[in-house]
Amino acid sequence: MMTQQDALINYCLRLGDSSLILGQRMAEWCSNGPTLEEDIALTNVSLDLFGQARTMLAYAANLEGKGKTEDDLAYRRSEREYYNTLLSERPNGHFGDTIARNFLHDAFLYHLYTALKNSKDETIAAHAAKSIKEIAYHLRHTGEWVVRLGDGTEESHQKIQQSFDDLWMFTGDLFEMNEVDELLIKAGIAVDLNEVKKNWDSTVNEVLQRATLQRPKDDYMQTGRLQGMHSEYLGHLLTDMQYLQRAYPDATW
Amino acid sequence: MNLKEKYTEQEVWDMIAQIPDPEIPVITIEELGVLRKVEVLPEKVVVTITPTYTGCPAMKMFEDDIIKTLHDNGIENVEIKMVYTPAWTTDWMSEAAMQKLKDYGIAPPVKGTQDKGVLFGSAPKEVQCPQCGSKNTELKSQFGSTACKALYQCKDCLEPFDYFKCI
Repeated sequence: MMTQQDALINYCLRLGDSSLILGQRMAEWCSNGPTLEEDIALTNVSLDLFGQARTMLAYAANLEGKGKTEDDLAYRRSEREYYNTLLSERPNGHFGDTIARNFLHDAFLYHLYTALKNSKDETIAAHAAKSIKEIAYHLRHTGEWVVRLGDGTEESHQKIQQSFDDLWMFTGDLFEMNEVDELLIKAGIAVDLNEVKKNWDSTVNEVLQRATLQRPKDDYMQTGRLQGMHSEYLGHLLTDMQYLQRAYPDATW
Repeated sequence: MNLKEKYTEQEVWDMIAQIPDPEIPVITIEELGVLRKVEVLPEKVVVTITPTYTGCPAMKMFEDDIIKTLHDNGIENVEIKMVYTPAWTTDWMSEAAMQKLKDYGIAPPVKGTQDKGVLFGSAPKEVQCPQCGSKNTELKSQFGSTACKALYQCKDCLEPFDYFKCI
């Protein structure tokens, strides 16, 4: 039988891991952005996401009470112990792929955190209220790019439409729920992702329409984050991210 | 030693209030609104701070600087508490701090311009160029040299400049 404490730890890992993994993806853009301004923007977003990840992973470590830190959780877990969204681990691809992925994810986090501002867990509520200010900037940034690329040239339109078509099968995973959600929704800590989905739908539809893009049809949805089941890409990402602590355990700055 | 008998909270506050922001050294942690509270307990001093942005790398420096300053003042046992609520806002910045930013070449946040709509919300209209004072400026990028700044350019003197984002 899962306790509320176990559920809460898992919930914090989900939030923290998604930010951490997406943050790592954005860090991969460092020095590879299409323009200097954009390079700075992408890595700014990375920094925000790492900050958000840190808050949640520190809280999870604290709740666990085993003397671990947020760094232990980030650098010492294997992929099956990660609960990030499948969308967050998708490779960067070209700039349009990154923008499409982040836009879908930003809209998810924006509406999730808007709802979590009222969480009965004080730490999560404070984290949501703080993070929402940052995510609003991210969402505006990616939303504007979606429009610029979708309603841009024939080539940019075709490319970002393909990005959305390719990524769509990972969006169902964002809204999956299990007994963790059930327990925490009852306690007023978590929120019903079906409600978040409604707001996400309307944001996504509004932007795609403005961008003259087609919303892909819901078809087979790849899920797995709740069980820690990931695509082949997460392992590669972690090898890179965790290399130093794995090779030189307890190395410090 | 009972710290409570030796120092008042105001005295401890005054010791650390003037610590400068490592990235914008003309403003202090007090003016920035990062320093929230000082408590003097018999055995230790608890300093409460709040981050400007969750990932702001300056926070670690603020912590180290606070601890060092208090150590230099003879207070050994210091605890730094990080709070996220109420979430930091640029509205906490004093007029004096805004003027200092401007003199330093960073356009201060335009109060009350927090965007209403998240999507396609327009950036503040009247960001004044800190170099020539012109209001004929444009947003180049919402993300600038640090998490808290956006990049603008003046269309009159053509100088690019940082704008302290309003959040």
